[in-house]
Amino acid sequence: MNDQQTLAPDPHPGPPPERRREDGPEPRAGPLHESAREDAPVVRLEEIVKSYRRGVQTVPVLAGITFDIAAGEFLALMGPSGSGKSTLLNLIAGIDRPDSGRLIVAGTDIGRLTEQELADWRSRNIGFIFQFYNLMPVLDALENVELPLLLTGLSRRQRRERARMALDMVSLSDRLDHFPSELSGGQQQRVAIARALVTDPTLIVADEPTGDLDRESANDVLGMLERLNQQIGKTIIMVTHDQRAAQHAHAIMHLEKGELSQREELAAS
Amino acid sequence: MYLIKLILKNSLRHRLRTLLTIVGLIVATVAFGLLQTVVDAWYAGADAASSARLITRNAVSLVFTLPINYREKLRGVDGVRAVAAGNWFGGIYKEPKNFFPQFAIDPAYVAMYPEYLIPEDQLKDWLRDRKGAVVGRKLAQTYGFRIGDTVTLKGTIFPGNWDFVIRGIYDGRERSTDTSAFFFHWTYLNETMKRTAPRRADMVGWFVLELSDPARAAEVSRDVDALFRNSTAETLTETEKAFQLGFVAMTEAIVVVIRAVSFLVIFIIMAVMANTMAMTARERLSEYATLKALGFGQGFIALLIFGESLAIAAIGGLIGTLATLPVATAFAEEMGSLFPVFNVSAQTISMQLAAACLVGLIAALVPSWKAMHVRIVDGLRSVG
Repeated sequence: MNDQQTLAPDPHPGPPPERRREDGPEPRAGPLHESAREDAPVVRLEEIVKSYRRGVQTVPVLAGITFDIAAGEFLALMGPSGSGKSTLLNLIAGIDRPDSGRLIVAGTDIGRLTEQELADWRSRNIGFIFQFYNLMPVLDALENVELPLLLTGLSRRQRRERARMALDMVSLSDRLDHFPSELSGGQQQRVAIARALVTDPTLIVADEPTGDLDRESANDVLGMLERLNQQIGKTIIMVTHDQRAAQHAHAIMHLEKGELSQREELAAS
Repeated sequence: MYLIKLILKNSLRHRLRTLLTIVGLIVATVAFGLLQTVVDAWYAGADAASSARLITRNAVSLVFTLPINYREKLRGVDGVRAVAAGNWFGGIYKEPKNFFPQFAIDPAYVAMYPEYLIPEDQLKDWLRDRKGAVVGRKLAQTYGFRIGDTVTLKGTIFPGNWDFVIRGIYDGRERSTDTSAFFFHWTYLNETMKRTAPRRADMVGWFVLELSDPARAAEVSRDVDALFRNSTAETLTETEKAFQLGFVAMTEAIVVVIRAVSFLVIFIIMAVMANTMAMTARERLSEYATLKALGFGQGFIALLIFGESLAIAAIGGLIGTLATLPVATAFAEEMGSLFPVFNVSAQTISMQLAAACLVGLIAALVPSWKAMHVRIVDGLRSVG
């Protein structure tokens, strides 16, 4: 993973996330931003409540969740179905909004952003890894990885260069022109990982990244996430059902019926 | 560039569906263009009418005739430069299905219709031959008439078999000039009538008046009709355009129906296209949600859907518009002289292309709105 230096320059016109934390609040958002310190958590949740409406019924999903995630942490969220772990991940990733509570991610109170601001914020700060990869079937591996870079000010040549590097990091430099349908599940998930890290985001969120993979591919993907965390220092939050997958994280946060039941610290693997 | 590539690749994802939609668009565009051209053809006579000519006919109906001696009185009306007489013949060439317009005219007619181009020598031959006829180029091509050929028409209004010798073939000065007519000498008709049905002799169907100043058309019309008021054959004088539109008005219901059907065709293909785009957008909801999660805005999603819809509509519309020209030519040939002028106008071509683009835009409206507003978490859960 010597490539960490090559991916380090921020593709966005603004300063990179790490530097932003050192430089203080982003000038664009001003008072919405927490003053960032080196030791400030990447994610801070304060009394987060979330419920869904099912017809006339209101179904509570998260009931006043409060916790921090430190920079460089690899956290696994576990819990039975319906415990609210995916909802929690969606809230942290800024693709859903809480009913109440405060949610500060990468120095921004994301609950106060408009839809467009939130979209811009996601493009800069979040890398997504989905259970079913969610690659664009009409684009080849290189184009899929290049996709998030369209939102940056990079030239086509620069985008291609970065996408190639990202694919090289996930050992897929020989599959650049392969379409998702021509790749195995494990390879598709590696393309998704490359897409998630190509913009050098503050946080990588992974929702059941191994849920659709065989054991060997799952280990491969988990090893890759682990290396991203250890060697590049990426903060990763992963939702999983799989106890063995969770063992790759630094800590496991257990959710039950919308509440945090326990935080389990793991020895470094 | 990336966006265009993505749009085009998306368009070709379901090749059969896209192909069928394009075929539907081609058929609809051709049908729309053809029907619009039929409507144009209906009005072709009126559109080609000169503002410098008036038509004087019997006030009761065109079926009733006017005495030829009105001609001298008409020449005396202030503002009238020249007068020519004409009569509808209505003969059958071999079979009733071989319809083409036949007119008995006096030689003054030729000078009053400069849009009919007849070679000088052929005109002289025609003027010299009492049984001579001049036919339009399209008519000559349709029935293979050549100069010197004898053509026999079986009279319906004027009984008997009438022999004519083709002495000239005229061309149209404009593309819109009717070249499917058959002209012969009114004197030939009149002299025969004098022998066979004297009561019907010395009568004409209408007079064409050439005006010295087209701006005085209304005034001259009033003067002419006043001249023959309370006579045995009162007149109705109107511009040539109004006269032609009078014929169109008789069949206006058909024109309205044709026009309505042409727009209905567009509406139907719009529904088909909208269904295609709705299916497409529904299937790709999780992709749109993924794009939104990655930070792409609603505008990008809308561009993808509108772009795809417009690309399909433009391809179908363009091929359909291009195909209209040969189809219209074949249609006109099949119709013979039923539609003397059958040209796909620039306006029709513009309408076809505009209609195709409109179909593309409208078809994408609802799917775009839905895709733009889908919640990311809901979209990610959807299965295409």
